[in-house]
Amino acid sequence: MDDFWAMGGYAAYVWSSYGIAAVVLLGNVFGPLIAHRRIARRIKNEEFDD
Amino acid sequence: MLWLHRFGSLPYFYRISRPIALALAVPGVLLAAYGVYGGLVEAPVDYQQGDAFRILYIHVPSAWLSLFGYTSMAVAGFVALVWRLKLAEIFLVAAAPVGASFTFLALVTGSIWGKPMWGTWWVWDARLTSELILLFLYLGVIALHNAIESPRTAARACSLLALVGVINVPIIHYSVEWWNTLHQGPTVTRFGRPAMEMDMLVPLLCAALGFTLIFGWLTLWGMRAQLLWRERRSRWVKRLFSDG
Repeated sequence: MDDFWAMGGYAAYVWSSYGIAAVVLLGNVFGPLIAHRRIARRIKNEEFDD
Repeated sequence: MLWLHRFGSLPYFYRISRPIALALAVPGVLLAAYGVYGGLVEAPVDYQQGDAFRILYIHVPSAWLSLFGYTSMAVAGFVALVWRLKLAEIFLVAAAPVGASFTFLALVTGSIWGKPMWGTWWVWDARLTSELILLFLYLGVIALHNAIESPRTAARACSLLALVGVINVPIIHYSVEWWNTLHQGPTVTRFGRPAMEMDMLVPLLCAALGFTLIFGWLTLWGMRAQLLWRERRSRWVKRLFSDG
């Protein structure tokens, strides 16, 4: 198991790549969902009724 | 054609995009997870690059999506300009941030990979520079959309930029063949047998397919948000959220 995490001495490079990818992907998942929810709430509150 | 017409209907699209997004998300996440697992655990150590080559399983799908995303935006831009299809405009706008983040990932993981392999984070060679220009093109589309108030005018401007910028896509793809570069040549997309063992290649293809489905899933949710915003004053949207 320690061998796996050590990545043959390249641990810093491999894991930082995967870490950054995870952060970017999560941001992409939650960004539109939050935006969608926020717009839906504003419509519900009748903010755009003239 | 009747089917196409129905699909172009915004309320219909809003309704069916949710189950479609789910149908993309589940296999997408499973495939990407399998691909990453296969790449990190099952694939044998590369005889030249050691374990550092495992960055490949993030880097190649990201780079592929940076090109696929921009090409699909250019196609949508063409459709938006010629047929004035609102959904094409919305796709273009929603895909831009997703494509930009995959381009960013391709550049960053490439840089992290380059440090131990090439001894440098960055070189101004053809592949890296043209991929950086692609990131700027994505950011240009996003900035242009944010800068113009009227959504239709903004979408037209973005469509034009997407169409003009797409010339960069084949330049990126062929850059490793046309110019001398530190970047290695194509491994997967060359004619004949891929220059890779199957137990390295299969997870890579799974990861690429999985990330592509994830791209579709995320873009659909971006489209839903964008669609609601643009149609916020329309009757069908108000009816959607009225309690009665």
